Amino acid sequence: MDRQLVAEFRNEYDLLGSVKAIRDAGFEIVDAYTPFAVHGLDKAMGLKKSRINQISFIFALIGITVGILGQYWVSAVNWPINIGGRPWNSLPAFLPVAFEVMVLFCGLGTVFSFFAWRKIKHGKSGLQPNLRATNDRFYVVMKQGQERKSSSVMLDIVKSFHGEMVGE
Amino acid sequence: MAEHLSARDPLIHGNKNFEDVTNDICKIMDRKPTWLWWLGFSIALSALTLGIVSVTYQIMTGIGTWGLNKTVGWAFDITNFVFWVGIGHAGTLISAILFLFRQKWRTSINRSAEAMTIFAVVCAGLFPIIHMGRPWLAYWMFPYPNFRGPLWINFRSPLAWDVFAIGTYLIISATFWYFGMIPDLATVRDRAKSKIKKFFFGALSLGWNGSFRVWHRYETVYALLAGLAAPLVVSVHTVVSFDFATSAIPGWHTTTFPPYFVAGAVFSGFAMVLTLMIIARKTLRLEDYITLTHIENMTKVIILTGGIVTLSYATEFFMAWYSGNGYEQFVFLNRALGPFAWAYWIMVGCNLITPQFFWFRSIRRNVTLVFILSIFVNIGMWFERFVIIVTSLHRDFLPSSWSMYKPTWVEIGTLIGSFGLFFTLFLLFIRTMPMVSIGEVKSVLHYRGDGEKSNG
Repeated sequence: MDRQLVAEFRNEYDLLGSVKAIRDAGFEIVDAYTPFAVHGLDKAMGLKKSRINQISFIFALIGITVGILGQYWVSAVNWPINIGGRPWNSLPAFLPVAFEVMVLFCGLGTVFSFFAWRKIKHGKSGLQPNLRATNDRFYVVMKQGQERKSSSVMLDIVKSFHGEMVGE
Repeated sequence: MAEHLSARDPLIHGNKNFEDVTNDICKIMDRKPTWLWWLGFSIALSALTLGIVSVTYQIMTGIGTWGLNKTVGWAFDITNFVFWVGIGHAGTLISAILFLFRQKWRTSINRSAEAMTIFAVVCAGLFPIIHMGRPWLAYWMFPYPNFRGPLWINFRSPLAWDVFAIGTYLIISATFWYFGMIPDLATVRDRAKSKIKKFFFGALSLGWNGSFRVWHRYETVYALLAGLAAPLVVSVHTVVSFDFATSAIPGWHTTTFPPYFVAGAVFSGFAMVLTLMIIARKTLRLEDYITLTHIENMTKVIILTGGIVTLSYATEFFMAWYSGNGYEQFVFLNRALGPFAWAYWIMVGCNLITPQFFWFRSIRRNVTLVFILSIFVNIGMWFERFVIIVTSLHRDFLPSSWSMYKPTWVEIGTLIGSFGLFFTLFLLFIRTMPMVSIGEVKSVLHYRGDGEKSNG
């Protein structure tokens, strides 16, 4: 396995600049650890757009289907009750609840999909380069290439952005 | 010119660096509570106790303990219900709608405003259950397979819509709140000294480690939740207004109710956010985070929504006259000139006149005055719901059945108790959870384009 190097930065601008420079130099960024969502870092790291919105769209479709068909089945099929002479299938009156069920399914479905993707579970301990990653320091984990020279090139880039190498 | 310059004030004052933000917010949870907190907590807890006594008494005795009669079938509890749901709306507006509009100033107040939403919806949800008279059968509101047929709930009823709207609102708001808090919980975990805190926040933060690959998805999910919460919040008060608007009672039967209720909800909610935030910034010394600009922005929202509410009051009167319907006209004349005219004019005074003060910049930036005015808006909006409900009912179609309504001590005790519950939960929240979104504040710390500022 390739060696991985960790660099530490003190603010988001240095982090952004160095990530760009490191990638331009042809190295691979494994991940970055930041105390907040740094704007523009996704582009700098070359991350693809998340596909989770497609998942939530599917959940929304399931929700609205369950909402409408469920109400229809209950009110028109399983036990129809004459309420003020309204038709069994009072579709317009079913819309508010169908909407709420859609929002509920979509919201919970999206969040739980995210948790499932992260393999998050109750009380899982965090793997992080340093506890300060959730406080005030920014870390970049880079993959070192095969050539020996590469680590000194990386070091130069990191230094030029006021960062320092903190480990492997 | 000075006006223009101050408009670009930094969002967070005090020239903080990232670590200062972490320390300032976590300090609130670490240090011993101040005497002011204890004072507030004991008042809130006493109010809550009074509420528990009142509710227990009325459930054990029956709903005859209320001031309701044959003509006035809805009064205090439904007023309180609509009032508390309305309070909740500002939290979602701040956290979701301002997020979608990329309003960076929301970061200092969104966490506590969302907490306020959840606590307000909890208070609101209690009232329909109490109002049932037999709260132990509350689960009958849900459609579930049962041995009575199965007999399902009536999905054509706005009251059933309410169950779904409020239930979904509570669940989605709580999810949004917790989801937004995960990175901050990890921050607290990583600086925790005691074992209990480490365990507690370690469990809650779900192994968050600041990995940007996760942040990237996290931001997408957060935006999706905001996009869901925004239409949800509009739907919730729309459905609440349907409770009235779909009936055939003069004074309730009007198509303007949904936008009127939503605007009123935001109006009252922002007033409550202001009340709470002014107390919080003073007692917790958060002046650098919740700045005068934040307060000023919120008062501007109050001017806007207060204007919509005023327009709604005028529209109601115009439509009553224009409809040519004698019953409709009577209800509105009775509101303004009848036996409950005092309540009507309190409502008009608080909701129409109070926001007009906020046209003046000197008042918008005067914290004491804003605090007092925000309480007037709260009072006015409570009376708005009281006026809509009670004055439309107490003189119905048949003069022989006209009557008056007077709340009993049980009803007043329940109202005070709901305030007690709200403030007890809020005060516990600011002691146990990061009440300002640490991560989001850090992301706007350098906001203002001064990219050269270094940190450290």
